[in-house]
Amino acid sequence: MLNMSTQTNSPVNQSLADALSRSKQEPAWLTALRTEAAEAAQTLEWPKPEKMNITRWNLDAFGQHKASDKVADVSALPEAVKELVPAEASANLLVQRNSGVVLSQLSEELRSKGVIFTDLETAAREHEDLVKAHLFTAINKNEDKLTALHAALWSGGVFVYVPKNVEVELPLQALLYSDDAEATFAPHILIVADSHSRVTYVDNVITNFGEGAAASIHQSIVEVIVKPGAQVQFATIHQLGQSVSDLTLRRAVIENDGRIEWIIGDLQDGNILSDTLSVLKGNGSTSDAKVISIGSGSQKMSLTTQAVHFGKSSDSNMVTRAVMKEQGTAIINGITKIEKGATKANGVQTEKVLMLSPQARGDANPILLIDEDDVTAGHAASVGQVNPEQIFYLMSRGISKQEAERLIIHGFLTPVVSEIPIEAVRERLHKLLERKLGS
Amino acid sequence: MSTQFSINNLKATIEGKEILKGINLEIKGGEIHAIMGPNGTGKSTLASALMGHPKYEVTDGEVAINGEDLLEMEVDERARAGLFLAMQYPSEIAGVTNSDFLRSAINARREEGNEISLIKFIRQMESKMKELDMNPEFAHRYLNEGFSGGEKKRNEILQMMLLDPKLVILDEIDSGLDIDALKIVAAGVNAMRSEDRGFLIITHYQRLLNYITPDFVHVMMQGRIVKSGGPELAERLENEGYDWVKEELGIVDETVGQA
Repeated sequence: MLNMSTQTNSPVNQSLADALSRSKQEPAWLTALRTEAAEAAQTLEWPKPEKMNITRWNLDAFGQHKASDKVADVSALPEAVKELVPAEASANLLVQRNSGVVLSQLSEELRSKGVIFTDLETAAREHEDLVKAHLFTAINKNEDKLTALHAALWSGGVFVYVPKNVEVELPLQALLYSDDAEATFAPHILIVADSHSRVTYVDNVITNFGEGAAASIHQSIVEVIVKPGAQVQFATIHQLGQSVSDLTLRRAVIENDGRIEWIIGDLQDGNILSDTLSVLKGNGSTSDAKVISIGSGSQKMSLTTQAVHFGKSSDSNMVTRAVMKEQGTAIINGITKIEKGATKANGVQTEKVLMLSPQARGDANPILLIDEDDVTAGHAASVGQVNPEQIFYLMSRGISKQEAERLIIHGFLTPVVSEIPIEAVRERLHKLLERKLGS
Repeated sequence: MSTQFSINNLKATIEGKEILKGINLEIKGGEIHAIMGPNGTGKSTLASALMGHPKYEVTDGEVAINGEDLLEMEVDERARAGLFLAMQYPSEIAGVTNSDFLRSAINARREEGNEISLIKFIRQMESKMKELDMNPEFAHRYLNEGFSGGEKKRNEILQMMLLDPKLVILDEIDSGLDIDALKIVAAGVNAMRSEDRGFLIITHYQRLLNYITPDFVHVMMQGRIVKSGGPELAERLENEGYDWVKEELGIVDETVGQA
């Protein structure tokens, strides 16, 4: 356990970042990266998402670095965590608790093929060249105060490398959880899929603080590097408590004929800034993003999906569906940008919000920015309530009002959930949707 | 027990406009009643008001099904009391499969813990779909989504067959059906004829009544039943139209509530 004399909410300074890096025996370039970022964070501004003021979210409550003791295997994990690890998944599993990774397992078969699946701290020491070549290449660490603070403070995290032509059949699974609201919870996830490789990565991000926890934040950055012809499926389910503000940025850079699929379940109970961007750099590159969310309580959510097309014949599809209950607020942005020269590109996006309460708020903002003539693009957005004719129809068959609403709400989400290609993720989402819709 | 359904002086308004101006009708188990009349005379309003559509406000009268006060019940309670309305324009519900919907509807009539087994349900559904000449694929399609007009009507009849209601109202079930589909739907209804089930068929064409022979025919105008008779009344209406009825009763404009 690392003990540093910092308090929650204290300003991040260079010496803190420096000390963190040295305590982890990081290479000099990484120490420099952290300290530069810490310096930049002092002058950079917080991001300003559309129609959402995040500066009220206790953004400084990043806590203090608290690493946890490693565990020998899955059986040593707390019960609440263990039940999230399907038995068949435990061969390729990584678990982060609070600020540090406590378990990391990879099958001998994948290891022998050259696949790397470990925490990012270890990777920075043991696979320095690979990490150095890709870390903070999909996102600029000095983009704003959030990215800079993250670059200075991240810990634990995940590193995936799949060598050329290697196809990984089973999903690599990560479980990122925190049970201490005062601990820094800021994993950085870096996935590099080399040419013509294929991999599926699935994670669950969870907090378990109990009642009355102090306000805290989870800040995470995901970088996915998709080399020519590679295919990456990235599925993530966030289930963070009411006292936690979740700030998660996801970036993929996709080279020629590469493909990324994003599957995102934003099922937190607290505030959310969730921003997912695919940069379609290569010709023939493709991106598919599916986002499902349920807003409740007095939650504020800013959910953004973006695709930027540079490659010719590149293709993006983005679908977001959100159900808003109680006094929840959701601002849902879809941004499709097609750069000059990206001929024959195609970008499609759909955002749909179902409002269940007159006090809830839902905004869908589809944005198309197109600088090339020879393209196709489309968007559809809607914000609506449960149709009373549909309720009447179902009730006229003897179904109670409550059950009729349940059927319609599930029906609203089902067309997206049922297309999720990973069965375990689909089932988990179904369960969580049931829980959050039922409460 | 043979069904007793009675409507007594039923009045209903939509957006403050009175559409039903005192309907009286008695239907016993085993009987088929047809309500005919031109467009805009209140026929469909009667069907919707009986089912409890929130757009219609009942302002007066009583409706009883087997001695129970129907108008006091919520829509789902009316259904569970035995009322079934095959709708003119059934809703489309994306994301809810036809079979999930049907099973929910069947289970809504059963005690918790006594739900229909999946195998039994599938067997029942498939045999009824076959009777109605429906493609089995429709079980897995989203409820009415992308169904043609005729497919929706068949799906209404499928629901009726599976839910085994006591009093069936068919609201313009024949509209949008070609003659083959009409025969299949009529055969479905005829197969459901029984001593303990009553039918109220709303139509403005006599065509359907060639295949489902009613016991009683009523003509509706100006929000009231203005004439009643046997099956021969439907035939005369088909041959001569409604003008003779209007003349006989001194009605100039048969519609109700039109702006």
